[in-house]
Amino acid sequence: MFYREAGDFKTTYPEDAQTFPIQFDRVRYYAVLAIAFGVIPFFINDYWANAVFVPFLIYAIAAIGLNILTGYCGQVSLGTGGFMAVGAYSCYKLMTSFPEVSILIHVLLAGGITACVGVLFGLPSLRIKGFYLAVATLAAQFFLVWLFNKVPWFYNYSASGQINSPERTFLGHFVTGPNTSAAAKYLFCLVILFALAWVARNLTRGAVGRKWMAIRDMDIAAEIIGVNPLTAKLSAFAVSSFFIGVAGALFFAVYLGAAEVGEVFGINKSFLVLFMVIIGGLGSIFGSFAGAAFLVLLPVFLKNVLVEGMGWPTDLAAHIELMIVGGLIVVFLILEPHGLAQLWRVAKEKLRLWPFPH
Amino acid sequence: MKKTLATLAAAAMIAGTVPASADLVVPNLSYRTGPFAAGGIPYADGFTDYFTLLNERDGGIGGELVTVPECETAYNTEKGVECYEATKGSGALVYNPLSTGITYQLIPKVSADGISLYTPGYGRTSAANGKVFEWVFNYPANYWDGASVAVKHLLDQNGGSLEGKTIALVYHNSAYGKEPIRTLTELSKKHGFALTEIPVDSPGQEQKSQWLQIRREKPDYVLFWGWGVMNQVAVQEAANIRFPMENMIGVWWSGSENDVTPAGAAANGYKSLAMHGTGMDYPVYADLKQYVQDAGKAAGAGDQVGSVLYSRGMYAAMVISEAIRKAQELAGTPAVNAAQVRDGFEALEITEERMAELGLPNFGQPFAASCEDHGGPGAAMIQQWDAAAGKWNLITDFIAPDDEVLNALVLEDSAAYAAETGLTERCN
Repeated sequence: MFYREAGDFKTTYPEDAQTFPIQFDRVRYYAVLAIAFGVIPFFINDYWANAVFVPFLIYAIAAIGLNILTGYCGQVSLGTGGFMAVGAYSCYKLMTSFPEVSILIHVLLAGGITACVGVLFGLPSLRIKGFYLAVATLAAQFFLVWLFNKVPWFYNYSASGQINSPERTFLGHFVTGPNTSAAAKYLFCLVILFALAWVARNLTRGAVGRKWMAIRDMDIAAEIIGVNPLTAKLSAFAVSSFFIGVAGALFFAVYLGAAEVGEVFGINKSFLVLFMVIIGGLGSIFGSFAGAAFLVLLPVFLKNVLVEGMGWPTDLAAHIELMIVGGLIVVFLILEPHGLAQLWRVAKEKLRLWPFPH
Repeated sequence: MKKTLATLAAAAMIAGTVPASADLVVPNLSYRTGPFAAGGIPYADGFTDYFTLLNERDGGIGGELVTVPECETAYNTEKGVECYEATKGSGALVYNPLSTGITYQLIPKVSADGISLYTPGYGRTSAANGKVFEWVFNYPANYWDGASVAVKHLLDQNGGSLEGKTIALVYHNSAYGKEPIRTLTELSKKHGFALTEIPVDSPGQEQKSQWLQIRREKPDYVLFWGWGVMNQVAVQEAANIRFPMENMIGVWWSGSENDVTPAGAAANGYKSLAMHGTGMDYPVYADLKQYVQDAGKAAGAGDQVGSVLYSRGMYAAMVISEAIRKAQELAGTPAVNAAQVRDGFEALEITEERMAELGLPNFGQPFAASCEDHGGPGAAMIQQWDAAAGKWNLITDFIAPDDEVLNALVLEDSAAYAAETGLTERCN
């Protein structure tokens, strides 16, 4: 009834080509934005920010980044943790070397540095594919973590090898350090996520995205129709690593405040982000959000239900939580191999016919 | 409508429920899962059991009951942050996360939120300088003390000189394992021994190549900074390459029963540091048995009583409870808040007589904190494993660390932190 193209007439090309052509979708999108920007900041507290929203927003950036590489361009990467570490350590070095420069610029520069590193480690993708490329990116993961552990320059020669984010402000409000308010933390990450998701959505709708998808679907055919695999693959690596680098910088500077490369940016992080992309849906921006939400919120939700709701011992709850999350991942992949984004697509198809299915 | 209700219920569940009580709240950020659970479980049990004892026997501290909400961190910093945020709103007085990584996360947060952080024998060593770290306390001993005590013990064994010897440091490749490197480097210059650093990546289940290196290079001594599953693997690997066990000294986190029993008789003679006594020969255990274990109120499975790490958890709980008692005395009210507990920590003095009253005679070293000194004397003993009897024997008395070297390092590191965060020194 509400969700359909009928009656929603487009008279110009820009209108016809917009991201959300259906009015109901558009309204919902603006409603989500209005709540995210206009309502949540007034009600958020430290717990909601640090346990739920900030990790969700940052993982969503990382998931979009990996989705561009794996979902849109078809290049499997297991180096996400390592690239996040590049973002975090470049942000740390920039923050401590140029304290007077705005943190936003540092975060974006950290993304840029990660993009360069990503392109470097993307070079093998021109010769190898699939599992072999996955192994090459795995090498990036281990090499980068080893590098940040080994070379004291990266952690400013601190005794413990930890990096700590100093206090920085943006527009007069703290966004890093312990005195940051929950709302500032949340809004800073939200603004960056909004801008990056907007860029990603439009990149993937345009010529660049189509080239990526052509490479993903069949690289030889893509080459024949005139897609240059060198630029397509390397641009996917660059854009993807930029996103992941920004996510790593925010993860360290805004969310954790202190980090240790082996623990925070280890191989587990690479798998976690990859699972987000797979569960959310490969080749879908919405899927990146859904996957990040699923894997960030579900453990917190289960922990609260089991420990506080039902009074179980913490160790039992932690083990059961692992089993439930693992079980749900398997169930999801069997029932809906294309992820949560596909569920959403099916729901939209149903909505189009409702209430008169034929 | 149904969906809205379900969403609301889900939101409420994610938000968690905060216990609204007037009790003294001491959250226990523990880990009973993951590769470090072997260390986390006994510590958490000892910690919780001691507070249960105080509640059951004395009706709490100064008449106020203590609640110890537990939160599972799995030794993971992200979960540690979540646990901290989830519990700090409940009126938490002090945190003891038993993880150096989580400690580094929490130091700036507790300083901003005004909650004490007590990290006995772990955490950021330079927090011993109370002039910079107002909210952090790490008495009675820290990593650098431990490194220095181990070297002093080796000096004693070698007639006062380590000239020309080689010492290998096998360490957990994390903030925890890297802490002693700076001290050992200084000490190697002072005493003329060569230091080899051998990192083991977390969790440390695979150490073949590291021990192969030790077999090849044949260092005279091995100092060992491990935790969790890494400990038993290292002891086993050392036995496999027939490294003389009495030449291997673990830090106090690498010296529990769990670490040596898997290697069986081969672990005989392994040494570790000890910052407190062990075993069941203390009067407090009779009370624990009567009021906690026999009453069915023991934490966890109740099978850890008397182990090294159980004693350490109990020791941490004892110091915290004494600090709260001191705070109540200073504030003149039993219902103290976090700021008053901090004052209690800073004015705390644990004497030999007080420990005897608490049922722990000669258990730990007496110490007194002050505005400048949050680190205590830092002495430690050496214990040695007797595999046949299945127990740890203390083979030395308390050995004092080399303060001349350490104080300079503490000042240097804390000054770096103060400069980084723009702090001005207190206590002047």
